[in-house]
Formats: sequence, C-alpha cells, structure tokens
Amino acid sequence: MAVRQYATFEVDGQYFGVDVARVQEVFRHHDRTPVPLAPPTVAGLINLRGEVIPAIDVRIRMGLPRRTDGDPMNVVVRDGDEVVSLLVDTIGDVAEADDAAVEPPPTTITGPARDLILGAIPQEGRLLLLLDVSRAVDVNAGDGSREDALA
Amino acid sequence: MDGMDEIVQEFVVESHENLDQLDRDLVALEQSPGSRDLLSSIFRTIHTIKGTSGFLAFGRLESVAHVGENLLSRLRDGVQQMTPETTDVLLAMVDVIRDLLETIERTGAEGEVPVDAVVARVTAVIEDTSAPAGAPAPAEPEPTLVEVPAAPAKKPARKRAPRAAAKKTAAAEAAAAEVTAVVAEPAPAVEVPAEIPAAVAALEPEPGEAPVRRSATESSIRVDVDLLDSLMRLVGELVLTRNQVVRSAATQSDVALIRATQRLNLITTELQESVMKTRMQPIDNLWSKLPRVVRDLSAQLGKQVVLEMHGKETELDRTLLEAVKDPLTHLVRNAVDHGVETPDVRTAAGKAATGVLGLKAYHEGGHVVVEVTDDGAGIDPDKVGDVALKRGLVTKDQLDRMRRDEILDLLFRAGFSTAAQVTNVSGRGVGMDVVRTNIEKIGGTVDVESTVGEGTTWRLTIPLTLAIVQALTVECAGERYAIPQVAVHELVSVDTSGPGVEYVAGAPVYRLRGRLLPLVRMDEALGVAGGKHDGPVFLAVVQADGRRFGMVVDRVLNTEEIVVKPLSSRLKGAGVYAGATILGDGRVALILDVQAVARRTQLGAEAVAAVEAESLDKEASGATDTVRLLVASVGDRRVAVPLDSVTRLEDFPLTAVEHVGHREVVQYRGEIMPLVRLGRLLGSYDETQGESLPVVVYSERGRSVALAVDRIIDIIDGNVDARSDLDDAGLIGSAVIQKKVTEMLDVRQAILAADPRFFEAADARVGAEV
Repeated sequence: MAVRQYATFEVDGQYFGVDVARVQEVFRHHDRTPVPLAPPTVAGLINLRGEVIPAIDVRIRMGLPRRTDGDPMNVVVRDGDEVVSLLVDTIGDVAEADDAAVEPPPTTITGPARDLILGAIPQEGRLLLLLDVSRAVDVNAGDGSREDALA
Repeated sequence: MDGMDEIVQEFVVESHENLDQLDRDLVALEQSPGSRDLLSSIFRTIHTIKGTSGFLAFGRLESVAHVGENLLSRLRDGVQQMTPETTDVLLAMVDVIRDLLETIERTGAEGEVPVDAVVARVTAVIEDTSAPAGAPAPAEPEPTLVEVPAAPAKKPARKRAPRAAAKKTAAAEAAAAEVTAVVAEPAPAVEVPAEIPAAVAALEPEPGEAPVRRSATESSIRVDVDLLDSLMRLVGELVLTRNQVVRSAATQSDVALIRATQRLNLITTELQESVMKTRMQPIDNLWSKLPRVVRDLSAQLGKQVVLEMHGKETELDRTLLEAVKDPLTHLVRNAVDHGVETPDVRTAAGKAATGVLGLKAYHEGGHVVVEVTDDGAGIDPDKVGDVALKRGLVTKDQLDRMRRDEILDLLFRAGFSTAAQVTNVSGRGVGMDVVRTNIEKIGGTVDVESTVGEGTTWRLTIPLTLAIVQALTVECAGERYAIPQVAVHELVSVDTSGPGVEYVAGAPVYRLRGRLLPLVRMDEALGVAGGKHDGPVFLAVVQADGRRFGMVVDRVLNTEEIVVKPLSSRLKGAGVYAGATILGDGRVALILDVQAVARRTQLGAEAVAAVEAESLDKEASGATDTVRLLVASVGDRRVAVPLDSVTRLEDFPLTAVEHVGHREVVQYRGEIMPLVRLGRLLGSYDETQGESLPVVVYSERGRSVALAVDRIIDIIDGNVDARSDLDDAGLIGSAVIQKKVTEMLDVRQAILAADPRFFEAADARVGAEV
C-alpha cells in the first residue's frame, strides 16, 4: 500500500492537505499586485523570483468569509505547466497517510467547497480534507460556482 | 524506432526549408532561364529529397522527386529549355512534394497523396522535347574556357561532389563522364551559355548563393525554440537581479564591489542582446514565399507583376515574424488584385505594362518598418468615402470634414471592401480590418498612403521583439500599470477642476487643440476605486482600434523598457491586459492592452465622435437659424434653453421651496408654481447648495413652471438645431457654445417632469376660456 505525504494547512478552521509532490514551496506574506476585472478568487499577482504567478485566495474560492486578521500564507503548487500560489490561513506539518485510509468526502461539506475535495483522511481526531489542486486553481470555474451558490 | 522518427522529423523540417527556397528559385529561373546557378541549386535540393526519401522508403516521394530530377538535369544540361510550361510543371511537382511532406509530418507515412498525375505531367514535358532535341551534343570543346582549374573550392563542397555524381541519373551520368567543362557556341536559340556537369557547377566559385548557403548551414546548429524561450526568460530574470544588485551597490563604498557590479551590468546587457539575437530571423524567411504567391496570382488575374525586395536581411523576433505572415501575405495579394492594373489598362495610362510590387524592410527607431508598395491605380479617397457611406460606416457630415488620410483610414474599418467585384483573391469580407487587428495585437501599427494613378504604399510598423517593449509606467488608484509606448501619442497634464474637461451626455471629453478627445478614466475602465478626482491629472493620448482617446491616469512615472511576462491563462478572461512585468523594485505591474480598453469604451468614443461631427458642422455652416439661448450651469454641466421659452428669471430663497405630495413647489404671484430641479432631472446630483435658488420660469397660457438651475451663465446667440444620437433623458442634443460643450434642454420634457398635466391643462383651459 502506498503511503503518501501531504502538505497541510488551515483555512477558516478547516484542515486541508495537498500531495507534497505538487507543492513547490511555501512562504510567508508576499507583495501582491491586484488584478482589476479578474475573478474575485484572484488575489493578485506575485513576483516569484522573476516569474509572475497568480495567487488564488482559497477562502474566496470555497465561498468562505474573507480573511479579516493577519497575512495569508502562500502555498505554491504546480498545475500542469503553470505555477499558482494558494493563499491559506496557516501552514501545518507534513502528514503521512496510507492510500487505503482515504475516505470519500464527508457529505456535510456544502457549497463550492464540495467540488474541491477529493477525499478525507481521519488524523488525530481531525479530518484532513484532500484538496483537488487542479480545480482549486481554476479561477473561472470558481467564479461560476460562487454565483451558483448565491443563486 | 525513436531514432528513426527523429531522422524523419529532421528530414521533413529540412525539406520544408528547401522547398521555400525552391519556390523562389523557380520563379527567379523563369526570369533568367539560363542561370545554371539556380538550376544547380534546384537540382541539388530535389536530388537530396530523392536520396533521403529512398533511404527512408517513401516510395511516392521518391518517384515524384525522381522525375523532377530527370527534368531538371535536362534543363541544367541544356538539353531542354525553360518555358513557362516547364515552370508550371515544376511548381506543381514542388506542391505535390510539399503535400507529401506534410502528410509524412502529420502521420509518419506517405498516405494517399496522389502522385501519378504530376509524374505523368513531368514525364510528358520531358518527352515532348526529348525527341527533337536528342542527346546532349556538346559543341566543339574550347580548351581556353575550361573551368575546372578555377574550382579550388571549399573542401566540404568537393566531398559532396563525387557523391552527387554517383547518384546521378542516366542522362546526367553521360554528361558527368566528361570532366572537362565545355562551353557551347553561343547559339541564338539556346540561351544556356555553358555545358558544365553538375559536379563542376557545384564548385563554381561564382557569387551565386548556393555554395555560400551550404557553408552557412554547416556553421549553424538547430536549437529547440523552447530552449531559446527559456534562455530568454532566464536572461529577463538576470536583468532584474542585476538591477537590484546595481541599486544596492550604489550605496556601498567597497570599490571592488562597485567594479564587479559595473562589469555585471555590462555583461548582462550584452548577454541580453545576444540572446535576443538568437530569436531573430531575417524577414526573408517570410518573403521567400511571396514570389510564388505573386506569380500564381498575377498569372491567374492576367496581370504582369514583378516583385522587388529590399532589406531581406532585416531581422525580427521569430514569434513576430509568424504573426506578420498572414497580414503581409494579405497585403501582397491585395496589391496584386486591387493595386496593379491589367497590362492594357496600364499601357493606356502610359505606364509600363508590367507592374512593380515592392517589398521593403528597414529599421527605424526601435521598430521594423515593412512597406508593401505598388505602382498601380492608387486608391481614390472619393470612392472610399462613397463605399463607407453606403456601408453606413460614416455619415455624410462626418465624411465631409474628414482629412484625406482619415478617409483612407476607413479602409481598416470592419465591413469595408472596395472591390466592386468580389473575387476569390481578396474582398472576401476578411479585409484590412483583420490586418490591422492582427498587427495591433503584436503592438504594431499599419497605415496606408496612396496617390491616384501612381500607386499605394501600405506600411507596417512592428516592434523588434515581443519580449521587451518600451512602456510608459503610470499610476492609477495607488497601483502602477504599464502602457506600451507605441500606443501613446502624447501626454497632457490637465487640471480636472479647471477648464478643459467638459461633459457630453455625462461622458467626459477634453478639448485638445480644438478637437474633442473622449476621455476614459483608467480607474473606471478597470473598475477600481480610489483614482484621483481633483487637481492635476495626466492624459495619455492613445490610439488603438482606429480611435483616439485620452486615458486619465493619476500620475505618469517613467518611460522604461520592460520585460513582458505572459499572464497566466487563468487571467485571460479579464481581457484588458497584454501581460505583466516586473518593475525595478520587484513588484509586479500589469501591462494594459490599449486596444482592448478602447473596445470596452467604444460606445463613449462613438457618441463623442458624433457630437463632434455635429458641432463642427454647425460651426462650419453657421448659416442655420440662430436663436438666443439662455445658458445655465447645472452641476458640472452647461445647459442651454431657447430664450423664447423663458418667461422670467427669478431667484427664490431656498426656504421658499415647499412640498405638495412628493413635488416641490414655490408660491409665485399668488399661484402655486411647480418646481423641478434640472440637476435631478438630468441626473447630476452634486448641486451647489447656495442660499438661493435661481429658476427659469416658463409660462404658457396662464400656467407657469419653475426650472431650477445652479447658476445663470449667459445669454448668447446660438443654434438649437443641434441634434445628435445622444439619447439622454431630458436633452435633445449638444452643441459647442463659447467653445464649451453645452447640452440642449428638452424644455417640453422638463416641464412635463414638473407638471405632467401642464400642456393638457393649458389646452383645456384655453378651451374653457374661449
């Protein structure tokens, strides 16, 4: 059975994980340039060592309330050829889990977040939600589902 | 298997390049049928394709190349003469080879491309002439003209020679046996001056291009474009890092560090230039396809056109080259189709029967200019105007006040085509507007100059590279943006609170040297809050999509070279950015796509254009009825009311305003008079709060209404006929009065707003009183 490692982080009190193979790096607050007229999920553009990458606010992507205190953390992930930064609240440790331990996403998750969760792994009394990176960084779909959620 | 695929791939790429050369050589050959240089070059190319296709077991390709080679060797050896028919057949053969190569590239196999027809045609041409001509019969040898000793040529070429000779066809072999070169007696019918076997011809040290090109191939290598792109990116990063190092070193006193920084600075600049050069390709790569296009097209249209090219060596970034390809081809086709006249028309006009189509490329101020010139009939602005009118692109008024160049510019509008007859060449609906759109997409411009009877010049101005552009950095709502310099015509500093900025139907305009310039507030265009709304601001006067407008920005920071970074595909939806860049301090700035902004704000610009047309027309004619107008200010606008609909001007204290239901009224001469605030009616809510309220009283048959304004400005002689398409509530149009845009109040509607039953009540009362 394959044991996988997950980079973990918190967003609005929820505990998320992303396969470490897709995570390029993690860093603290970084200057962002806002992009007017872009979908609200796009928190801005970041200069990552000469590369311009978009930052996606996971809270807005999931239809959660905006971050009110503190600077977000950047989790830089790769999606195909592109590199995108996910803005999250706090960074956790790297968690290990057996593939067999992955359960289907809990039915209690509603709203846009529902489509973004691949599965869940019970971990020390908490549920580690596995984030679907490709969907999470799809800003245009994010905008659409938000409208759906509001409608 | 992979190794094999690679060989096939190499073969396809190389053959494609050779075919382009071939097209050009064949057309050139038609002009100078005796050129052995050209024939040898063509022969070698086909021979290489034949050899390799045989090796790779592409039977069809080999059979086509084989007959082609046969014909070519006869031509080269002077057994057969070049005729237009031969050229046609050879070009057809090249086309089939190209088809085959494309199929091979796509599928890895030859597929079902039909080859028999062309093989038959080539064979027919060979047999046609072979009977009378007979075997090659070289005339008496002239020992004085032996050219072999004159060929102590480059070694690589010599090596190739025996191999080429070994593979020669039967006909060529016979000739190759005579190693001594022989020159035929200059027979009048036979234009081929020398009978030299191919092996020797290849070694000829003449200034012909063939040997030179060979050695050029040997001194170069193929590099994957992706690798170059990544090099370019890395250099871009290096430039930014260099900037940071240079900045921090400036504050240090360490001499060694400063010296090292200076070196770093220089080396980086040189490296950047060199890497940029690797992406550069001569425009000839593009042009090489055009002789064929011109030849085929002019033959098809029964025209005689020679193509002259200047500046083929001018280099352009390869991505740009690719982007310019279609627009340029379109312009060339258009010039042959619409520009150059038929020989009889030309002769009648006293011109040479053969038209000249010129292509010229040169560097100018950080750009490459490409001109397509023809000496044809030229473009008649009157005809252009007529067509534009017919197509509804402009109104008569607009047309009348247009300058000549502005009228020609109409050619670039969508939905324009002057071709009286729609041919299958051009005039298919995709016209110059597509050319302009495509050129503007890469940050270039296109314009046209034409003299009736003398010809037309289309001029493309293209940036050298897409990766680095000159840009104006501006600030808007606290963020910095870059605007490509090519779009910016001038910068104007304007005080928003001072004179200059006016409003037409709520849309701001600026009077720049007597003409109205629509303004686009950048903060509004981008939907951001926090732009500067008072005090001095800057107007960047930009032109895109055929429109001129002023972009209002808070501050102009700098003009600098920026490295364009592509924007994530996820942000393409925003649609108004051409990319992003990293500024000197490491922060990301967005690059504005001025064309897209122009499109987003198109309506405003059109409205202003309409108003301007009206107002200038009025100023020009001046003959229409003038009436006295009362001009008043309402909020930030000027409103005019015909004086004959004004009964009195009154000034009421604010306290006199009372309410009846939700309406405001004042007591006036013992009556209750409804009052309407024009500011609210016209939708400008920032009323000045004075102690008193100036009103315009309008009375008709004993009933009165009061129209409240902010201030009465003047009474002038003006014109109420100003009507425009501006369908703003409460207004009937605008005019320029005392050099200010003034809106004409729709008095009737204003009165109805104050008293909905004003007119019917008045009418009723008239009836009752009578």
